[in-house]
Amino acid sequence: MIDRLQLRFLHIVSRNFLVWRKLMYASLVGNLADPVIYLVGLGFGLGAFMPPIEGMPYINFLAAGMICYSAMNSATFEALYSAFSRLKVQRTWEGILHAPMTPSDVVIGEWLWAALKSTFSGAAMLLAMYLLGLVHGLRPLAVMPVVLLIGLAFAGLGLIMTAVAKSFDFFVFYFTLLITPMMFVSGVFYPRTALPTLVQRAAALLPLTHGADLARGLTLGLPLRQPWTDVLVLAAYAGLSLMLAVRLIRRRLMK
Amino acid sequence: MLQVRALRKSYSGTEVLRGVNISVAAGECYGLLGPNGAGKTTTLRCCLGLTASDTGSIRLAGLPVPASARTARARTGVCPQFDNLDPDFTVAENLIVYGRYFGIPRRAMLGRLPRLLEFAGLEDKASARLDTLSGGMKRRLTLARALVNDPQIIFLDEPTTGLDPQARHVIWDRLKSLAAAGRTLILTTHFMDEAERLCDRVGILDHGAMIAEDSPRQLIGSRIEPHVVEVYGEGVQDWARELAPRHAERVELTGETAFCYCQEATPLLQAMQGHPRLRALSRTANLEDVFIKLTGRDIRD
Repeated sequence: MIDRLQLRFLHIVSRNFLVWRKLMYASLVGNLADPVIYLVGLGFGLGAFMPPIEGMPYINFLAAGMICYSAMNSATFEALYSAFSRLKVQRTWEGILHAPMTPSDVVIGEWLWAALKSTFSGAAMLLAMYLLGLVHGLRPLAVMPVVLLIGLAFAGLGLIMTAVAKSFDFFVFYFTLLITPMMFVSGVFYPRTALPTLVQRAAALLPLTHGADLARGLTLGLPLRQPWTDVLVLAAYAGLSLMLAVRLIRRRLMK
Repeated sequence: MLQVRALRKSYSGTEVLRGVNISVAAGECYGLLGPNGAGKTTTLRCCLGLTASDTGSIRLAGLPVPASARTARARTGVCPQFDNLDPDFTVAENLIVYGRYFGIPRRAMLGRLPRLLEFAGLEDKASARLDTLSGGMKRRLTLARALVNDPQIIFLDEPTTGLDPQARHVIWDRLKSLAAAGRTLILTTHFMDEAERLCDRVGILDHGAMIAEDSPRQLIGSRIEPHVVEVYGEGVQDWARELAPRHAERVELTGETAFCYCQEATPLLQAMQGHPRLRALSRTANLEDVFIKLTGRDIRD
């Protein structure tokens, strides 16, 4: 059925899911406990010294940003370290290509899988927000498609890095020069209005900025400023990065 | 089962394949030999549609490659040189998950599992973790994994490299049983004894071109003197230069050993009796001698 519909990339998703299921407990601690600890630690601890931001307690402001942050991190780690390990260390992809599979099957499967993992991380964060009483009702659930989109965007970007990486060390550049600064300029931990105008303008080009705006509006029930632009930017990052990753990884595998 | 015609391939100006032709009939065991960098792996990758050749044509299992490579691979098995089993899965899971890439549903794979495990000699290891397996077991599992789709043609890239003699013999036995069942085997190896034992025909590839192709027995019979005497010991250099050529057709001196290739070993061995410091190993010529004669003694890196 899967093969008749040309959905062979689902074999990759299901392979990765099977591996994940075996290592689930570590993953659950990482995905559930870690963000909650951050949220409680920063939100209540740091929040105690902070005035309300945009009319809400700091922990509420932070929590919405943390959903995006954990989605970004989760997709990035999977698309860099786990995918590179399957490409180079374990040679998993090489084995898969000896079967009737193609490089685009592999890349699309990895892309979807990394995004699914990050959706799971985002959902864990949202659950923590419910448990801490920061959000109520059904409307915050609307953030989940946004989390998936963030996951797809960062999975695609991560796979591009994997496609050109010679070793794991290369990822330090990506993390330190792109992911970490993005985390601080995209309005995850504090409003972007605190930043110089030039930085704000540059931040408007980054996917996390648009993810954070959408997530905050949807979880906390605030008015959305430019929801379709946000969705479009995230979708563009997701789609274009996937296309480039497919090209680069095909070239690398079929040399 | 496999036809390769005039295959050429260059990487950034360097010609790796210079017009390679290979034809392997159904049920044949074909050995692709050659020093490192001769183009063996590139040839295999081209055959599987994983590397595009510059010119030339390939038909694998009746299908044009790379045009129909995916469908051709569905009828093909591959046992790669480097272990790429899934370390997070058990033995059985490795087979089941790999079957999925061929579109074989879990239930069908469960039906095939006992025979595959038996073939690999891993019947009692179905739920063993991969890190508990020995190198030989892993290689047998890789071989069984190449059979999940019941292929008619199987590519084996250095199937016994890194295995101990016991494990090699088990792999040879498995390969012979596949050949006896009528499957087509194409293997690369650096072990000439392995090629001599298993292959109906071998092709020797060097610098991207096929320099000899025949049955191992024919190659040994036609391409080299029947006897080889390896001589070593004090003064071997002088002896090899001055006296050995009188009794041997060819003498090759490498380091501390003189390889004397002769029609008859007896005259040479008799002549050696006057040189008590020299020691000799007399044997019949084998495929390795042919290989060295054709490709030279220089190290390839």
